[in-house]
Amino acid sequence: MTYDTLNLLFQFLDSFAFIVLATVGLAVIFGMMGIINLAHGEFILVGAYGTTLSYGAGLPLVAAMGVGVLVTTVFGLVLERTVIRRLYHRPLDSMVATWGLSLLSIQLARIVFGNTLSQVGTPLGSISYGPFSYSAYRVALAGIAVAVLGGLYWLFMYTEFGTQARATMEDEPTARSMGVDTDRIYLGTFGLGSALAGLTGALYAPTITMTPELGASFLVEAFVTVVVGGSSVLVGTSLAGGFLGVVNATFTNLAGTFIGQVAMLLAAILAIRLLPEGITGLLDSWREKRAEGEQ
Amino acid sequence: METDNLTKNGRSSTRRAFLAAGAAGLAATAGCTGSAAGGDDVVRIGVLEDRSGDFALNGTSKWQTSVLAVEELNDSGGILGKEIELFDPDPQSDNQRYQELTRRLIQREEVDALWAGYSSAARETIRPLINQYEQLYFYTTQYEGGVCDNTIFPVGATARQQLGAVVPYLIEEYGPRIYTIAADYNFGQISGDWVRILAEENDAEVIGEEFIPLDVSQFGSTINRIQEADPDFVMSMLVGQNHTSFYNQRASAGLDIPIGSSTTMAQGYEHRRLNPPALADMYVGVNYMQEIGTEASDTFVERFYDRWPDAPYLNQEAQNNYFSIHMYAEAAERAGTTDQEAVIEELEKGMEIDAPEGTIELDGDTHHMNHHMRIGHADANHDLAFGNEQYIGAGFLREVGCSLPTDPETTQYLPAEVYDL
Repeated sequence: MTYDTLNLLFQFLDSFAFIVLATVGLAVIFGMMGIINLAHGEFILVGAYGTTLSYGAGLPLVAAMGVGVLVTTVFGLVLERTVIRRLYHRPLDSMVATWGLSLLSIQLARIVFGNTLSQVGTPLGSISYGPFSYSAYRVALAGIAVAVLGGLYWLFMYTEFGTQARATMEDEPTARSMGVDTDRIYLGTFGLGSALAGLTGALYAPTITMTPELGASFLVEAFVTVVVGGSSVLVGTSLAGGFLGVVNATFTNLAGTFIGQVAMLLAAILAIRLLPEGITGLLDSWREKRAEGEQ
Repeated sequence: METDNLTKNGRSSTRRAFLAAGAAGLAATAGCTGSAAGGDDVVRIGVLEDRSGDFALNGTSKWQTSVLAVEELNDSGGILGKEIELFDPDPQSDNQRYQELTRRLIQREEVDALWAGYSSAARETIRPLINQYEQLYFYTTQYEGGVCDNTIFPVGATARQQLGAVVPYLIEEYGPRIYTIAADYNFGQISGDWVRILAEENDAEVIGEEFIPLDVSQFGSTINRIQEADPDFVMSMLVGQNHTSFYNQRASAGLDIPIGSSTTMAQGYEHRRLNPPALADMYVGVNYMQEIGTEASDTFVERFYDRWPDAPYLNQEAQNNYFSIHMYAEAAERAGTTDQEAVIEELEKGMEIDAPEGTIELDGDTHHMNHHMRIGHADANHDLAFGNEQYIGAGFLREVGCSLPTDPETTQYLPAEVYDL
């Protein structure tokens, strides 16, 4: 009985970490800048390949992950300067352009690196309890996911960049008239989103198979979570990640992986039907009601 | 050396001389005939193998050995003195593209024989076209079995052959309690049925089963469910890049139950790509892997890497493409024409062929091959050892009475229709 509870807990942590880490880079770029980045999976690919290749070249794993993040950040910054900056306030165009980027990156990775890379093994070993065991690394990922959310909260709430970024996303002309270099803020935010996607790739590189299509397995989860979460990056991602993680873990544990996936999609459809603005929309309307009540 | 074996009948030096003359004549008339399809000046072979998309990892070497076989045949005079022209657009692992390209190769290029497809889904997607145009078609992937179809030659090993080699062995070695995990489409489902049939035949029991969608890459709960059931061994018919993640996750979660498979290693060379010990104690039933170490195989491997020095691996299916193209050439030579009906009639007489896996026979009645099946075992360092070699025929279709020369049909038989499951 307690073992089953532990199974459920670990499965939840696993799902939560995967959902949050898959989403967070996309959420920053999509939620804050309105760019629908269909190449999000390929940003993760860049991070994963950067990590695996530099590990293969002899770097220790943590340093290799640092390289993965760095490479993805540079990749994102270059793309922002060359392609993405022309697409702000044009969400549909951004979708087509980033989709093209995605196809391009996948084929490029295939041409340059072939159909596969030899994979880094998962570090940290396993946690055993009774007849069961779980990968310790995957449990650690849940801790990292929470830390990433915490770090973002600090960045957006307590730094000058965060304030300026929020101001720019809220009302760009006013922010500019107040002396904010919005061009630089856009660049910085996109770079941040890229770095987070790169981090996801770097963290999952030791657990997934290295092929040029690996981004695809993150993309659906990321989009579902962003849509369920709504426009606020932090609140949306963490609550939607928690909600979908619980649904996924419960049904997967009860009835297997297939039912777990079905349940998660059904939950997402229901959430979108009932909360068209996502979870953050619901919270906003609660807050407004309470404000009215106080007056 | 292998080429000589494969083509020993019917490619004499006199023919080669005749050929040279023919080729000269050909060159002279090339201007008139142009590139009009269906002309008698060349033999047209279509090869649709995935070099991009999901199955690129498995499809690329299938394409490479096809090119190799065609080049070898052309170097030794082609088929019936005619040069082989190869049509090999990349279907990109996309079933819709498979349909378009198959239609194009049959209608516009009028190919004399077609090799196409990695997955069973790709095969089933083009089978209506194959049937409609009565196209001679070779499907070379190891597969779930049961296709009894007039113009189709599924020359890869079937589930009954692959699993029939490995399941009884593992029951003997480890015990009778089996847990099956498989990809959730026709290949995985039918393979799961076969595991149950083989378990029953060997007094064993499938104590748990999970079918997993192809896009799933996270296996934490699957591993827990296996641990809960605590089987003697696991049978895994997981497929594709997402599913490959299972093995690494199994190692990091400390799941140390032996695993048997009909797919892993022999197709996607996981033992080369994954960091040991992801595949520790992994068994696979196969007719061929580049490491089997026979003389015929080593010669073949050497020639393959001479032609494709950068190729990462030469898989089971690639061998099947290679020998079946040579087999086709042999049949066309014997028939004296590339007319598809005549070649099929020739193939249906049965045929023996020296393939890299060993000398194997085509079973004319069922259009399947009798294969040399081996058990490959990976240890904690991913070093392979092979053993328990058996010669296994196309048993299932014989059981259901598939006899194509006398009784033409276009059916896929399912084990569930024949066995009590």
